[in-house]
Amino acid sequence: MIKEPVELIKAGRRQRRRRWIAVTVSLAILAILLCCAMLLLGNTIYPVKEVIRALSGDSVKGVSFAVNTIRLPRMLAGLFAGFAFGIAGYVFQTMLRNPLANPNVIGITSGSSAAAVFCITVLHASGAIVSAASVIAGLATVIVIYFLSRGRAFSIGRLILIGIGMQAMLDAVISYLILISSQQDIPAALRWLAGSLNGSQMRELPPLVLTVMIFAPIVILLGKHLNLLELGEQSATSLGVATDKTRIALIVSSVFMIAIATATTGPIAFVSFLSGPIAKRLVGIGFSNVIPAGLVGVNLVLAADLIGQFAFEVRFPVGIVTGLLGAPYLIFLLIRMNRRGEL
Amino acid sequence: MSSSSALTDRRQKLHTPRNFTTVLIVCIVLLGVCAVASLVLGSRPVRFHELIDGLFHPDIDSYGANIVRKRIARTVFSLLCGAALGVSGALMQSVTRNPIADPSILGVNTGAALFVVSGIAFLNISTANQYIWLALAGAAITAVFVFGIGSMGRGGATPIKLVLAGAATSAAISSLVSAILIPRAYVMDQFRFWQVGSVGSGSWSSIATFAPFLIVGILIALMTAPALNALALGDDVATGLGVRTGVLRLIAALAGVVLCGAATALAGPIGFVGLLATHVMRLVLGPDLRFVIPMSAISGAVILTISDVGGRLIGSPGELEVGVVTAFIGAPILIILAMRSKVRSL
Repeated sequence: MIKEPVELIKAGRRQRRRRWIAVTVSLAILAILLCCAMLLLGNTIYPVKEVIRALSGDSVKGVSFAVNTIRLPRMLAGLFAGFAFGIAGYVFQTMLRNPLANPNVIGITSGSSAAAVFCITVLHASGAIVSAASVIAGLATVIVIYFLSRGRAFSIGRLILIGIGMQAMLDAVISYLILISSQQDIPAALRWLAGSLNGSQMRELPPLVLTVMIFAPIVILLGKHLNLLELGEQSATSLGVATDKTRIALIVSSVFMIAIATATTGPIAFVSFLSGPIAKRLVGIGFSNVIPAGLVGVNLVLAADLIGQFAFEVRFPVGIVTGLLGAPYLIFLLIRMNRRGEL
Repeated sequence: MSSSSALTDRRQKLHTPRNFTTVLIVCIVLLGVCAVASLVLGSRPVRFHELIDGLFHPDIDSYGANIVRKRIARTVFSLLCGAALGVSGALMQSVTRNPIADPSILGVNTGAALFVVSGIAFLNISTANQYIWLALAGAAITAVFVFGIGSMGRGGATPIKLVLAGAATSAAISSLVSAILIPRAYVMDQFRFWQVGSVGSGSWSSIATFAPFLIVGILIALMTAPALNALALGDDVATGLGVRTGVLRLIAALAGVVLCGAATALAGPIGFVGLLATHVMRLVLGPDLRFVIPMSAISGAVILTISDVGGRLIGSPGELEVGVVTAFIGAPILIILAMRSKVRSL
């Protein structure tokens, strides 16, 4: 018996939905396991029972400090920053229809970093001011890149080239700011070069948590439209998407998340670049990959931080581990895109 | 008026750009000005009589005169490095027939850096003579790798493909460099001075190490310039004009890599000088490489020396690395080129 076409489509859709759910749940479980590992592992490995007691507020000698002051903030920073990087990277890649067009490559992260370093080393500001400045700088970078790349005809290639140029300039600014900063500011400022979870503190986290809580749901809700935008301006409009509004909402939300995450942990290399393609690989196409991309981001950051902390004799900051993992993938992707003539 | 005289007219025009004398004079004046500025300006400015003492009266042993003497080597070194980087940029742009080719954009600098770091960390290398060979090898291998990736697929090596291949390779290599450095404090210490991308370490001995590479590289560049002009018309036309394109590319690229590798080995990674120097000269002189290549040497020297002086003034009392300054003033050229190029050629 040949099934009706509608039945076939429905069956396919059911199958894809099952796969989406299975992948998302597995990613979430993996993320939870990694979170637990972040809390349990360290210089001293405490029994699970004591860690739980320390977390629930009892003061346990030694354990409370290690878990509540060092490991918990580190884990939360990685969790929320990874989610933010993953989602924002996916949004840019999907909207610009090019995996290379992510905040890391086109200089948005450098813009936020430069602003954060400026606030810390020159203005000696902290907290809300740093967050606000990095958001404004991130948005400004997006606007500048967009207007510069409009030219005679918009092209993603032009946008990426201009973004790389902007990044080179902003990195020069960061180097200069670090040079003129006073000695005690340097460790804080250096974080903006590689990205690190070392020394994350509880009091730095509220802006990040709040931003992700507000903007991640917006992006998730708009995720369906994002897939339609990928089909192209005209198709999306005819399918009922208010393209300009959706696009602006998506960009603003993503830049907010990227900027605040960058201001908290520094630009953790390649997470925003890797998450989208990996999620797409795992889930396939058809459904919105926003949540899976965010979860992949979380897993990448936490796993890379664990590797950086424990796999070698020396502790590597998380940004270097993700850089070592991500860069070969970037090269592989380039080779594949070049072979297929997609660039 | 016969057609043959029109032809000769045109050939003559091509031969010397109209404004060549003006440009040459301006460049040489600039060269002199920035050489003097490099001797005089810095965290401790030097007075005029001290400058004269330092330059012409070796028997006077005042504080200011000694500062001038120290700065002489630095100035000569930065002029030579700038010249090497300028010519290297011009060569790479012609070989790849690509306006954005520059040692730093192609990731060649970071390739040299990786080899130098590995040399310090694993082979206990510590002298400039040994650095230079490692840096050359690193530069050459990276250049081949990046160009290989960038020219895959349809359309050959377009600017966007080359830039991305270079950026990706740079990112990969920088992570490797950090991974090698972090556990080894002693390497970090030695490397830090090198990576600063500074001509401040310039001494007469490093100039002596550098000079042979510079001379050979620039001679090759000058000799290949006419053939590179033909190559600019396209491979087919060049072959028709009797140019063996494969051999030419190989030799010219080798010269470009030697020039930038040697400069990187001694001064650390310095970016965007080649891009800036060559494009300014093309803008004022037109496309003829027989003029653009030697003038890129002069403009590269001017740009690097001005950047070095600027870095000393901005970063006072310390100094801002010259590589940071050149990136800041050179990167806009990349943006402008990207804005002006046609979509098709990206």
